[in-house]
Amino acid sequence: MKRWLGIIILSGSLAAGFAFASEEGGHAEGSEGAGSHGSHGSHGGPVDRNTETAEFILHHVADDTEFELEVPFPPYHLFTVHISDAFAGLVWESEPGACQKPTSPAMASFPSLGKFLDGCYDLRPTKAVLMMWIASALLILLALASKKRDQNGVPRGVLAHVVESLALFVRDEIVVPNIGKQEAPRYTIYLTSLFFFILAVNWLGLIPGFFTGSGVVTVTAALAVLTFLLTQAAGIRSAGLGGYLAHLTGGVPLGLWPIMIPVEVIGLFTKPFALLIRLFANMLGGHMVVFFLLSLIFVWHVAAAAVSVPLTVAIFCLEIFVGILQAYLFVLLSSLYIGQGVAMGHHGHDEEHAH
Amino acid sequence: MTSAMLAYLGAGLGAGLAIIGAGVGIGRLAASAMEGIARQPSAGGDIRGAMIVAAGLIEGATFFALVICILLALKT
Repeated sequence: MKRWLGIIILSGSLAAGFAFASEEGGHAEGSEGAGSHGSHGSHGGPVDRNTETAEFILHHVADDTEFELEVPFPPYHLFTVHISDAFAGLVWESEPGACQKPTSPAMASFPSLGKFLDGCYDLRPTKAVLMMWIASALLILLALASKKRDQNGVPRGVLAHVVESLALFVRDEIVVPNIGKQEAPRYTIYLTSLFFFILAVNWLGLIPGFFTGSGVVTVTAALAVLTFLLTQAAGIRSAGLGGYLAHLTGGVPLGLWPIMIPVEVIGLFTKPFALLIRLFANMLGGHMVVFFLLSLIFVWHVAAAAVSVPLTVAIFCLEIFVGILQAYLFVLLSSLYIGQGVAMGHHGHDEEHAH
Repeated sequence: MTSAMLAYLGAGLGAGLAIIGAGVGIGRLAASAMEGIARQPSAGGDIRGAMIVAAGLIEGATFFALVICILLALKT
């Protein structure tokens, strides 16, 4: 029974892939418009399929101020939500025309940062922000729906049990072993919310038509900054400001300080940087692989669907796992770092007692 | 050969080499973890947890290399 179900799903997706491909082939002009949003419309001549596909993929994984629901058949754009229009008042310019300035070549990889440095303060929500709002709303609804308890405090219903077991897993398997029983309650709230939030954003991006909020480097950077601040706060709280600064010297003789202090300070920043790159690259990479495999149909031949569609289904299943694994890793490493900060003070006390 | 071609070549080779390193590293890690679990199945949970942390750290270092390769390919 299960095997038949699998075969039906596989052949269905294969047929869908073929239909999708032949449809695209018949409407090359239209799909071109959908892919590059009319930027090639004025060119007239045939556009290189490879460039077009690459632009299409990069457009779809990049953050933008408008959210569009695209479908692989005419009219291609079901609807477009201009998030930027609704929040047009959230742009400030330090000097008139600061937002129109072209970004300097040095800042080409970080356009929003370049704009900010030029004096254009653009706080309009983007696709990623919209996705995070949806994820937060879903999580709030989930929390409200799963709060049912009987008079002994035992959860009632399937949903409440599932959510409670996940939350307990984060608390008992990730937070408490790394931070310690004494200090863990202080950080459990943040780390549990972090786990559910990253999980929700990751999985929301897997729904066709939605956007992966965690595939945007600024989103993961914001999460990593929170962990960084919490780590430093934990260190200062447990060791005191003096103890915290003393830790930056690494306990080496005075002559080695000029070498040790920069190393320790860089070490403070590499840990959250690795966190942000890991989550961002995993989510972006997975989605780009899905796109690339599917685009083989268009850049190569329709027959590629026979290989690329099953492969895409496999990668998609892997993505579901990667979504939960990355949420787990982010929270695990965050609690590891916070645990190091918490241990800073105890370590210092041990040294004081020893000497 | 122009400098742009060299940059693309460097990006491609660099990405491949980074993946080879990560593959060898994570492969050795998984092999050792499996040996450990086979010898002492009762410690399986702890070994698995430590393995995932180490794999995540290796993966993070690999991503640093891959980001450099991507920047190299996109900047040219």
